[in-house]
Amino acid sequence: MLKALLTVSTRVNGRDYKRVVEPRLLLSDFLRHELALTGTHVGCEHGVCGACTVLIDGLPMRSCLMFAPQVEGREVKTVEGLADGDKLHPLQQAFRDAHGLQCGFCTPGILMTLTAFLEDHPTPDEAEIREALSGNLCRCTGYQHIVDAVLIATGAATGAATGTSNGARDGVEQD
Amino acid sequence: MKPAAFKYALPRTLDEALALKAEHGDDATFLAGGQSLIPAMNFRLAQPEVLIDINALDELAFIRTDEESGDLHLGGLTRHRDLQFDPVIAAAQPLLHETAPNVAHPQIRNRGTLCGNLAHADPASEFPAVMLALKARLRLQSTAGERWLPAEEFFVSVFTTARDDDEMLVEVALPAAAPGTGTSFLEVARRPGDYAMMGVAAVVVLDEGGTCGDARLTYCSAGETPMAAKAAAAGLIGGRVANEDIAAAAEQAKQEIAPVGSVHASVDFQRHLAAVLTRRVLHRALDRATVGRETRKVAGPC
Repeated sequence: MLKALLTVSTRVNGRDYKRVVEPRLLLSDFLRHELALTGTHVGCEHGVCGACTVLIDGLPMRSCLMFAPQVEGREVKTVEGLADGDKLHPLQQAFRDAHGLQCGFCTPGILMTLTAFLEDHPTPDEAEIREALSGNLCRCTGYQHIVDAVLIATGAATGAATGTSNGARDGVEQD
Repeated sequence: MKPAAFKYALPRTLDEALALKAEHGDDATFLAGGQSLIPAMNFRLAQPEVLIDINALDELAFIRTDEESGDLHLGGLTRHRDLQFDPVIAAAQPLLHETAPNVAHPQIRNRGTLCGNLAHADPASEFPAVMLALKARLRLQSTAGERWLPAEEFFVSVFTTARDDDEMLVEVALPAAAPGTGTSFLEVARRPGDYAMMGVAAVVVLDEGGTCGDARLTYCSAGETPMAAKAAAAGLIGGRVANEDIAAAAEQAKQEIAPVGSVHASVDFQRHLAAVLTRRVLHRALDRATVGRETRKVAGPC
């Protein structure tokens, strides 16, 4: 019953994987080191920064706060699973249009958090977007352009409205 | 920042899990949601030799109300997400539904469990205080048998509970709310989901004439355990609750609690927040208690 090595079979971004791992391997490290899916970023490793957020059976969770064996038989989605070939996911495109990222370290976690959020809340207002973002730290953008990007993705603002920070805000409000 | 090595077990039945715990005692730790345990393991503050993952124990995944008594029973795998969204919970105990969004962030709530949260016994956490407010009873089980404890006796000190080494917290039972019950929870935190500088839960019960028959005020981030301001709540019982009674309860409550202060909030500021929040939750709880009953003749600042 007690195991020091385990076989993990899981589906990530629609593809099946099978690996033998130590149970202490964090899901974040499993994705990055065992599966070479380095889009999932590792920031704080104690559940504060949100950079490692992935979807487990459709729900966003911290991959640094789960062990690899815990995704046995489950379906994982990472940032690599968002785009359709060369075509970016609409939220990714909106991030690009609104300059919703600078260094980009936090972006994968934010995209995974917000894609799940937008499925439940297709037309959020700004306050709801900011609350949905509360579990993800970004030290570059000040969050404003991230919020703009979400509003563009939901159709509440247009991509043309983006520019400087103030311009983007004005554009959003004029809509 | 990587956990120390451990042996891992994924039992399929509660009996199996409890037998493992009995065998390994202190060297083994139950893994529920892991949203506090795994950070502690990543920091190597916790280094269990054996990790007993209880997430496959389907027998602990239940949410049900007792048909006769109306009591709400929450199994050990009830997650924060369920407390926020499950319609059975929201109908039976709206206070849980109201409190849940204050607990950490969506990613954490999708994974964390109520029983894991309670067993962790962080005095800054919201749910322990809410358990006191709702007069929760907790079921502890080991290979030797089971026992029920009132929440008040469960929380002993910071990160310390009455749970014995071989026991698992397997169920929370919440007595049905009496007719005329109103509840509310409010907290002040720097950002939504951060640890609260102060949090307050209120439960009031009004009879048809508007007389307060029962009241409870409980606090998180207010001492070494979740705190109940018993004298403050007792002062509300026995009459119609007027604005001056609410103000008096708030002043009494802020003296009754024992906040310890932090870099973000001094003890004085925490007491100030406790008084302000006590007034607000009482107004909200009283308004909710009177919905469908006689309108309360008190209008006060919220």
